[in-house]
Amino acid sequence: MSMWKNGGIGSWVALAAFAATLALGAGGAGEARAEFGDIVMNQYSDAAGIRPVVFPHWFHRVRFSCKACHSDLGIKFKAGGNDITMVKIMDGLYCGACHNGKMAWTVENCDLCHTGKQGTPTQAHENTIQRLPGSAGTGAGKR
Amino acid sequence: MTKIFALAALIAVVLTGTSPEVRAQASAPAAQPVAGANSFNRLFRPPPRGNLPPAEDGIHDPSSPGTRELQAPLEAFGPLQKSGTGNRVDWAASLQTGKIAPRWDIAKPDAKPEALDLNIVREVKGSTPDVVFSHARHGQILDCANCHPTIFEAKKGANPMSMASLALGQSCGVCHGRVAFPNAECRACHSKPKAGAGPAAAAKTGAGK
Repeated sequence: MSMWKNGGIGSWVALAAFAATLALGAGGAGEARAEFGDIVMNQYSDAAGIRPVVFPHWFHRVRFSCKACHSDLGIKFKAGGNDITMVKIMDGLYCGACHNGKMAWTVENCDLCHTGKQGTPTQAHENTIQRLPGSAGTGAGKR
Repeated sequence: MTKIFALAALIAVVLTGTSPEVRAQASAPAAQPVAGANSFNRLFRPPPRGNLPPAEDGIHDPSSPGTRELQAPLEAFGPLQKSGTGNRVDWAASLQTGKIAPRWDIAKPDAKPEALDLNIVREVKGSTPDVVFSHARHGQILDCANCHPTIFEAKKGANPMSMASLALGQSCGVCHGRVAFPNAECRACHSKPKAGAGPAAAAKTGAGK
């Protein structure tokens, strides 16, 4: 409060910070513009009180053929179509086939995969249905 | 008399020569409100900014400690071939030119794909160019069993589809429009122009099966 009473530079800094917050909110939080093909997995996360997983398809696609995960690991071509749980991952299934400390980071690094905003529905982000004019952004086109 | 005509012509040239500039100058300030009224994005073009870093993309939680640790897409996409849609990366070209070398098999790092070299030409309705499906290209990243027989029966004509069903995530739409290049890149698939494009050619090819 003293900042406001003093006036001068302090209040201008506060005002600028407030304006910057507004600008960021308008640009960033309104519409999700994540990578095409990013998969949000939120079958259990919200209910468990942890952030949903954002799987970056593009990152994995640079390193692996589609076949490596969708055939060798049996991951189905459908967002939400694979009943992936932490227990299965710890047993070496799904993500756990590589995220085992040998090929990639281990399950203890919760925050590296569970990076999504809470409440984001399971989806293939930027998919065709979402991109149609009038669809309700990230919530639509859930599959 | 001729002098008078020449003078009139000269005046006319001077007038017509200068008048458009004068008109343009006069109308320049008036153009502003029209541009404002036409600012509606009638082509529904996506916003120009893409490939945002995770903390700014609206899906990742910027307050999560892990979000800042993740690689930003543009860091990885730098050397790759560009495209106008999807990730703004031409993944197929990047693979062909060796910019990326995705591992084929989880267990065997040196395993290489054995792709079937067979193009399937899919005849479509009207004057739209026919679809050429390359087994060779898809086989570089996919196993036969990824598509056959669940998504496509391995038999010509046995897989009816439409652009609408693709958009809803069936057939090619299982991948295209969700992770592989979007359906808006018509020419990437519809690449074989019809010999006699028109009603006669459409009647010959049938119902675009």
